Amino acid sequence: MTSSGTVATPVDVGEETPYVGAKAGRGRKHDPGAKSPVWVRIVLAIICLLWIIPTFGLAVTSFRNQDAATNSGWWTSLSPSHITQFTLQNYGDIFQKASMGEAFVNSLAISVPATIIPILIAAFAAYAFTFMSFPGRDILLILIVALLVVPTQVALVPLLKIYGQLGISGTFLAIWLAHIGFGMSLAVYLIRNYMATLPKEVIESAKIDGASHFQTFWRLIVPMSTPALASFAIFQFLWVWNDLLNALIFIGPGPNQPLTVALVSLLGQQGQGWQLLTAGGLFTMILPIIVFLSLQRYFVRGLTAGSVKG
Amino acid sequence: MLIKIVNALLAVLGGVAGAVVLFYLLNKFAEILPSRWEERLKPYLFLLPAFAAIALYLIYPTIQTLVYSFANAASTQFVGFKNYSDLLTSSAFQNTLFNTLLWIIVVPAGTIVLGLMIASLADRLRPSGEKFAKTLIFLPLAIGAVGAGAIWKFIYAANPPTQHQIGLLNGIVTGFGGNPVNWLQLSSGRLNSFLLMVMLLWAQAGFAMVLLSAAIKGVPTDTLEAARLDGASEGAIFFRIVIPQIRTTLVTVFITVLIGVLKTFDIVYVMTNGNFNTNVVAVDFYNQLFTNSNAGYAAAIVVMLMIVIIPVMVYQVRQFRAEEVAR
Repeated sequence: MTSSGTVATPVDVGEETPYVGAKAGRGRKHDPGAKSPVWVRIVLAIICLLWIIPTFGLAVTSFRNQDAATNSGWWTSLSPSHITQFTLQNYGDIFQKASMGEAFVNSLAISVPATIIPILIAAFAAYAFTFMSFPGRDILLILIVALLVVPTQVALVPLLKIYGQLGISGTFLAIWLAHIGFGMSLAVYLIRNYMATLPKEVIESAKIDGASHFQTFWRLIVPMSTPALASFAIFQFLWVWNDLLNALIFIGPGPNQPLTVALVSLLGQQGQGWQLLTAGGLFTMILPIIVFLSLQRYFVRGLTAGSVKG
Repeated sequence: MLIKIVNALLAVLGGVAGAVVLFYLLNKFAEILPSRWEERLKPYLFLLPAFAAIALYLIYPTIQTLVYSFANAASTQFVGFKNYSDLLTSSAFQNTLFNTLLWIIVVPAGTIVLGLMIASLADRLRPSGEKFAKTLIFLPLAIGAVGAGAIWKFIYAANPPTQHQIGLLNGIVTGFGGNPVNWLQLSSGRLNSFLLMVMLLWAQAGFAMVLLSAAIKGVPTDTLEAARLDGASEGAIFFRIVIPQIRTTLVTVFITVLIGVLKTFDIVYVMTNGNFNTNVVAVDFYNQLFTNSNAGYAAAIVVMLMIVIIPVMVYQVRQFRAEEVAR
């Protein structure tokens, strides 16, 4: 999502549900084999074009040389006579002049732990909520639900002061901890809702066989919860990778800056040339787009399940 | 660079291994206790890291923010309600509130209408076409707001009339013989704010579409068939049968987008930084905190944001309890 804070999606991860372009042809009002009306296809084609043109313009510009990119619109380059203005120079420049390569490594070093650690912590909490009974369980669970919608901005001023006193501003640790804290309620919520759909008998029989909670968790529940863990992982990864607010506040420009911060400084200095901004922009998007396209099925399943049930 | 990569790898391994070891130790600790205590204590030990994170990063800071909102710029002295009264009486902040209100009115409703429209149209395509169209429209969600900023600069950019235009919108305007317009500085009728909202709609319509599409597919076919047999038009079927049955999903999407809009920061920060009358609360918060170094104003702004969100929170909790009962 586009703004700071975890997306408070009040959905849970349940049984298999249709994902993007679902094969759910059964019982549809229109025979899926039949041709759709022409107007439907035309309207959708126009919408798709409108959706892709902005990104397409960026992609084209990123291969144009500086002179062409600053002095004419990208659409003028589409005629065959302009083939000479295309170059790979911009992609070389973003590594040399804008240290985007370093920023890429930083983004990975921030996003990977900030995705895996909260999942692990949340999975343990979700296990306790689902399979253990203890006083205060319902209240604590409701607290998690209530915190889903809290904007993370409420935490930033005091955290910044604490980080200043501890002297950890600008470090990876500072932003990891922030993302772990901010993503935790959504993680616990999503994973618990999924675990609640698992058959209780499995746990009971494991208990009878003498397995401890720790063993049951690792050997049974984690493997069975993979869809929920994966869908939160994608959510959190995309969110952390694309996050700007927390990156600006806890890390800021400098040697540890992630791609978003590096890109914002390119956005600010348009004098340097539009072509760098475009190559940098596209470079920033590549990994999330790959993650998204290859794991789309999990992502959408996590999004849709539950909310559709109700 | 190599050192950088090695450091990053070590950081990743260290962080993840640290979390695993933490749980191992917590579990070991529980196991050395007498077994009656072990059973009682274990749930809390499993919850401890999660709630420590939440307490440290959400609950404690929220309380502290509330305190700071009654203190001066450097948080050294209490000033009562001065921050609130200063903000609410300043015309700049009133403008910011008005803009935020516009975002709240336009974006969630717009996202739902767009998402519904695309979902129900794509539902009528053949599966391969449906998948393609939906992926394309869903994709901006992965791109993120900063990337979207880079992309949309090439739509809204304006050059002086003597030069060639590199922004698509002005390319079209000048192509028809018009004069280039500096879109993002055009605040009459809040046009520039609406243009920024278009970016958020572009980014989020896919999210609404995916949820609503799944909900539409879940509507039982027999109710649709029955209506069709009774001679209901497709429009009537959509509004009288489909819409009521996907109400819960509509509310879910609405709330999610609403919360997102209240916190909208990146798009406005990247495109205008709140200038030209486009400021919204989250950007104002950031600028009060950093540009003006006024922690008091910044804290007061987020407390007001929080107050607006409380009703949503109450609704969420109620909804959750109802679902748990049904489970």
